[in-house]
Amino acid sequence: MAVRDNPGRVLSSLRVNLLPALLAVLGLVLLLDLGRRLVIGGLTLSALVRFLWTGLVRGMAIGLAGIGLSLTYSILGFANFAHGDYITVGAFAGWVTTFVVAGVGSVGLDLLVLVSSDASAGELGINVLSTPVAIAAGLVVAAGITALVTVALDRVVFRPMRDANGIALLIASVGVALALRYTLLILFSGSVRTLTTDVPTTAVGVGSGEVVFRAHDVTVVVLAGLLMLGTHLLLQYTKLGTAMRAMADNKELALVTGIPTERVVRTTWILGGALTGAAGFLIALQLGGMSTTLGWDRLLLVFAAVILGGVGSIYGAIVGGLIIGITIRLSLVWLPNELSIASAFVVLVFMLLVRPNGLLGGVETV
Amino acid sequence: MSRLSVWLRRGLRALRHPLGGDGDADGARSDLVLVGGLVVGVYALFTVMALLGPFDGVGNVLSQLETVTLLVLVYVMLALALNLQWGYAGLLNLGVAGFMAIGAYTMAMLSAAPDATVPGLGLPLVVGIVGGFLAATLFGALTALPAIRLRADYLAIVTLAFSEIIRLVVRSEAASEFTIAGQRLGTGGANTFPLPPNPVKVLLYENPSEPLVAAVDSPTVAGDLMLEIADVFNLSASQAENILYTLLLLIPVGAFYLLLTRIGNSPFGRVLRAIREDELVAGSLGKNTRRFKITTFAVGCGLMGLAAILWQLQGQGRLSPGTFEPELTFFVFVALILGGSGSNTGSVVGGIVFAAVLLEGPRALKRVVDENFDVSADPDTIIEASQGVEPLFAYLLSDSSIEALRFIMLGVVLVYLMQRQPQGLLGHRRGQAATVSLPTREEEEP
Repeated sequence: MAVRDNPGRVLSSLRVNLLPALLAVLGLVLLLDLGRRLVIGGLTLSALVRFLWTGLVRGMAIGLAGIGLSLTYSILGFANFAHGDYITVGAFAGWVTTFVVAGVGSVGLDLLVLVSSDASAGELGINVLSTPVAIAAGLVVAAGITALVTVALDRVVFRPMRDANGIALLIASVGVALALRYTLLILFSGSVRTLTTDVPTTAVGVGSGEVVFRAHDVTVVVLAGLLMLGTHLLLQYTKLGTAMRAMADNKELALVTGIPTERVVRTTWILGGALTGAAGFLIALQLGGMSTTLGWDRLLLVFAAVILGGVGSIYGAIVGGLIIGITIRLSLVWLPNELSIASAFVVLVFMLLVRPNGLLGGVETV
Repeated sequence: MSRLSVWLRRGLRALRHPLGGDGDADGARSDLVLVGGLVVGVYALFTVMALLGPFDGVGNVLSQLETVTLLVLVYVMLALALNLQWGYAGLLNLGVAGFMAIGAYTMAMLSAAPDATVPGLGLPLVVGIVGGFLAATLFGALTALPAIRLRADYLAIVTLAFSEIIRLVVRSEAASEFTIAGQRLGTGGANTFPLPPNPVKVLLYENPSEPLVAAVDSPTVAGDLMLEIADVFNLSASQAENILYTLLLLIPVGAFYLLLTRIGNSPFGRVLRAIREDELVAGSLGKNTRRFKITTFAVGCGLMGLAAILWQLQGQGRLSPGTFEPELTFFVFVALILGGSGSNTGSVVGGIVFAAVLLEGPRALKRVVDENFDVSADPDTIIEASQGVEPLFAYLLSDSSIEALRFIMLGVVLVYLMQRQPQGLLGHRRGQAATVSLPTREEEEP
């Protein structure tokens, strides 16, 4: 018996001690290599700053999208695979609005609602400086519609299953994801449409080169930051945050204490849905284009961010998002473009192996 | 040799009791009736639809039935393999597509000719198939080794991430062609990877690697016979060849069922069911649950790789990284859940119902509607389509919309199953962890 148990124990002690050490060594080697490349000249300082900046931009968007996932993950106890398609819903709802506001009266109706296969912003000249009202309206509608959709889907799909285990809910959410994505596909067709034109840029000299800051990248970082701050204040200084923490810790106890759990769940969906929709709109703004797979393509990255930071922690989702965003961009120093996304998944896998509870996790709380 | 015969005999006995603890001869017979009835029903349905569709001779009907049968067989194999992991041991593997890709691409890289458009090692196909199976098994074990102790939902995400890593690497420029120890190898990247000719082609043609148009000019004796039979039914050579391949595929599918039933009814399978029900108890009884789970995961992944190989070798035989997107994984899950996870017969039923009704049904139905209703409208967008009933009808029946409607239906079915019928059609027969059938014994007691 003892002999048979030994390999397991050795393995688990390896996991506890050796794997983190190995990863630390690997990280150190990569860091040293980064320094070497900077000194020798394989990598310019401006390129490094550019990677870090675009990583930050992506990370903020992923982190914002992750907050909603993290909240529902901890309160309802399941990994929501439809979350990626909630992002897409937000992007489409928001951009239809932006197109309508920016171009009402000047171009045909079907172009405005993005359904025409050659829908593009070319004729509308949408960007954050020339059509700020349209962008703002889009952001608000994206948040609103996505919140409505998430609440409606909760009512139809997830609420009848409140007592089911997390895996049953997970599989049901896969069904929701498929139905939602392909409904959007029928409504809007699968083409990739261009959304913005003539995005203003500013170049800043760094070292021997320069880094170009796009206005939309800055917008994404600022707006995502403001929304994160707002969420923080909301959860920190209202009863809602406390109630959510209580529910995540122990649902029965929360119910006994007099917390209206169904109402808290609904509020969570509204809050998470609104943030997710806004994130979808901002991701499309930053990319300057979108298709119906926008959210699905990023779902695993959002999962990676949430798990990396620790399920249930909104700060974890933000930190995780930043790590994932910067990993994707910084990996370009070593990897070809097409494998940069894979690097984020590798980080996720290693993170789960070394610290399954995430960086800021441990207790699943808001 | 005698060990093998004992094993086979036990396997055959297990076949008569395919439902684990609560199976008996009657159960096996009723299973056979159930599956047989289902197959007859599916064939009847598709024959009717083929006759109502653009009817083009008996050969065309046979060919359409072949398409359905191939998909059914593939999904039966995949559902059986996934049932071992999810139904028996409760391991939520969302990386099915990735392990399939590993099996298929390893086979291709081992067996493709060194001078082909995508170069390979040029080994015999058998080596490639065995190699693909072993590679998928090995990758399954390597994934399971660290990941198996994770919570079920984390395991799902890690395996999904793993399958995406594989797909991204396979389709990357770096992997499309590389050189190891002076040997040129590659995956073809985002392009297709032409596979070496499958055994049926080798059997039928003297020059099986030629394109079909040229290959039919020099058939073997068997090929001659097949072409003559094909002529009788007015089948083209490729249709006849595909039908033969699909018929031969019944052998590995039968072997899958035999093997998995055998595993399920063995002491090993009972431990797996015990782990599924309560891992702590199984561990307390001295079972090394971790090792059981890793073995199960690896074997399941290997079988998925094998199923992918047998699927992709059919017909033209081209691998494309687009085949192995995560949707494929969800397809297999729907098939398994539909039939009822935990029961091998359920997996078979689920595979049949899924592939025939959900996957191929809408396409056949579209052919019927196209043939019988003359829809002149051809709207480009949903706005044009919403101006009347006929344009809307035409829009929803366009090729891309039918594909999308199929996915929407899948999603709705998945949600419905999880809400109302989480045990699937046959899931109430999950098989117990106990050696003897407990309810039966209670019945016998008075």
